[in-house]
Amino acid sequence: MTTTTSPTETTSVVQPSVSPLERFRVPGAFLLGAVLLIGVAPLALSDFRLNLLAKYLCYAIVAVGVSLAWGRGGLLVLGQGVFFGLGGYAMAMHLKLADAAATGQTLPDFMQLYGTSDALPWWWEPFADPAFALAMTVLLPMAVAALLGFFVFRRRVKGAYFAILSQALAAALSIWLIGQQATTGGTNGLTDIQGFFGYDLNDPVNQRMVYFVIAAVLLLLMAAARQLFVSRYGELLIAVRDSEERVRFLGYNPANVKLVAYVVAAGMAGLAGALFVPAVGIISPALIGIVPSIGFVIGAAVGGRASLVGAVLGAIVVAWAQSTLSDAFPAAWTYLQGLLFVLAVGFLPGGLASLGVVLRRRRTQTRTTPTVSTAPTGETA
Amino acid sequence: MSGEGLTVRDLRVTFDGFKAVDGVDLDIRPGDLRFLIGPNGAGKTTLVDAVTGLVKATGSVRFGSEELLGKPVHRIARMGIGRTFQTATIFEELTVLQNLDIAAGAGRGPLTMLRRRKGVPESVTKALETTGLTDLRDRPAGVLAHGQKQWLEIGMLLVQDVKLLLLDEPVAGMSQDEREATGELLQRVSEDHTVVVIEHDMDFMRSFARSVTVLHAGKVLSWGSVAEVQSDAKVQEVYLGRASEPEPASEPAAASVPAAEEA
Repeated sequence: MTTTTSPTETTSVVQPSVSPLERFRVPGAFLLGAVLLIGVAPLALSDFRLNLLAKYLCYAIVAVGVSLAWGRGGLLVLGQGVFFGLGGYAMAMHLKLADAAATGQTLPDFMQLYGTSDALPWWWEPFADPAFALAMTVLLPMAVAALLGFFVFRRRVKGAYFAILSQALAAALSIWLIGQQATTGGTNGLTDIQGFFGYDLNDPVNQRMVYFVIAAVLLLLMAAARQLFVSRYGELLIAVRDSEERVRFLGYNPANVKLVAYVVAAGMAGLAGALFVPAVGIISPALIGIVPSIGFVIGAAVGGRASLVGAVLGAIVVAWAQSTLSDAFPAAWTYLQGLLFVLAVGFLPGGLASLGVVLRRRRTQTRTTPTVSTAPTGETA
Repeated sequence: MSGEGLTVRDLRVTFDGFKAVDGVDLDIRPGDLRFLIGPNGAGKTTLVDAVTGLVKATGSVRFGSEELLGKPVHRIARMGIGRTFQTATIFEELTVLQNLDIAAGAGRGPLTMLRRRKGVPESVTKALETTGLTDLRDRPAGVLAHGQKQWLEIGMLLVQDVKLLLLDEPVAGMSQDEREATGELLQRVSEDHTVVVIEHDMDFMRSFARSVTVLHAGKVLSWGSVAEVQSDAKVQEVYLGRASEPEPASEPAAASVPAAEEA
C-alpha cells in the first residue's frame, strides 16, 4: 500500500488527458493491426512463412484469453493446454471422419491400424456432424472450465495452488490421451489431416484461406476482449484481482466474477486449438501437455499480460523465437523459455508493454524523490 | 431511514478453545452512532467479523427480523450491512470514481456489466460530495492520502446503499484535522444510517459517540451514553482508568501510527 504524507503531494500525479490523439489511438491501432495481418502479411510472406504465422496467431488467440484471465483477473492459468487440446481434438475428430468418409471408409486411418473393433466408438459418432463439432470446439472447453472453476473458485483455491491444479489437469489429459491409442491415436495424436470442410488443405490457396480465417478470428476476439476490459465487468475483475475480500464485502460473489474470465479464456483457447488443426495438420498430446501450457502464458508474460496488444505480440514473438531458435539449439530452448518467464515475471511484471512506463518513472525518480509509485496500469491495451 | 436495528443475542466465537467473544448481547437501534470500545483483545473486531459473516459464531444476530448467522459474506453485504477494515482496503489501481462505481453496482445485471460506464450514477455523485472527494474522482485511489482513503471507504459503503455501517478504527493513523473531519462525516452519515464504530481513541469517542458499548474479555462490561459509561466503576477499573495514560504498545498498528503519520 502506498501512503502519501500530505494531500498536496498527490496533486503531482499526471491527470489522464483525453486528447483527440488519445481517442483514436485504440481504433487506429486496431486498424493498423488489421491491415498488417490481412493486407500486408499475405503479400510479404511466402506460403511457408504465412503458414507459420497462422500457427503463431493461434497461440496469440490463446494469449488473448490469458490476458483476460491472468492479466486482468490474476488467475495464473497454467493449464490452457487442456482447453486448447479439447478444441483441437474436437476439430480433428471431425476432420478425420470427413477425410475417411471422402475415401469411402467409416473408420479414420489410425483406427484401422490400431483399433480393436470395427465400429466407431460411440463418442466419436456425433463429431461426424460439422455443426456439432464446431460448437464443441468452443462449448466443450467452456463447459469443462465452468465445472472446474465452479468448484475451485467457490473453495477459494487461488494463487500457486490454482496454477498447480491447472498444470496437473493438463498433464492428466495428455496422459489419458496417450493411453487411449485405439480411439485417440495415442502419442501420435490425430495426424495427416487432408481436408477442411471440403477444401483440400494441401492446396496453398486453401492454406491461405485458413490463415485469413485465423487472422479474422484473432482480430474479432481482441475486439471482444477489449470491450470486456473497458466494461464495468473489466473494472470489477481488476478489483477482484487486487482485493477479493473487499469485493465480497461489497455484495459481489468474486467466484462468479473469476469464473466468467476463466470460462471465456477457456473458450478462446478451445477455438485456437480448433484453428490450429487445419493450419498445422495435427493435434497430439505433446502439443497440449505441461510444457506447451507454460508456453501459452510465457508470450503473454513477456509482452505484458495486462495489455491486450502486449500479450498478443508477446505470444507471436515468443512462438517465432521458439521455432527459430529451437531448430538451431534444440536443447537450449527449454532453458531459455524458463529464463524468459522468470525474468518477465520477476523484473518486469507488466511485460514489455510496461517498459515505457517503467523507464519514464525511473527518469522522473532520478530527478525528484518519488512520492507515489503507480503500478503498471491496465489501460495500455 | 428504515427501521432495522441490529440485535445480537448470546453471541459466541471460539478460536481453538479461546473464547474471543463470550456471550455478547447487543441492541443497536436504527439511527444510532454506537462506539464499541475495550482493551486490546476484548473481541471488538471479532464481533464485527461474526456479524458480517467472516468468522463462524453461535448465538443469534438479527438485522431487523432476518437472521445473519450462517449466511455467506456477500449475502449479508447485500442485506445492507457494510464494513471497513483497520487498514483501508480500496482498489488502488482503480480511480476514486471506479471504486465508488463498483461499490454501487452489486445488483447490476449482466448486460450493464458488459457495457462501458457512461456518466456517473447519482449515488456516486452524492457520495463524492459527502466525502469531499469530488475533485479527486479521476485519481487512482492508490495515491490518495491516508485519511482520504478511509473517506473513500466510507463513501463506498454509502453508495453500496447500506443501512448499517460497521467501521473498524476509522481514524487510526489520522492527523487531528482528519479526525475532526471524519467525526463530522460520521455524524452526517448517521443522520440516515446506523453507524457502529470500533475505536481506541477516547477523545474521538467522547466527541462523537451517541452511545457506547464497552467490551472486555469477550463480554459486554457496560453500555449506555458516554456519561453513563464513563461513570461506571467497572469501566474505569479495566479500561478508562488506563486509557488516560499512553496506550500499551501491544497493538502498534492502531496506537502508534498517529504520531508517525501526522501530516
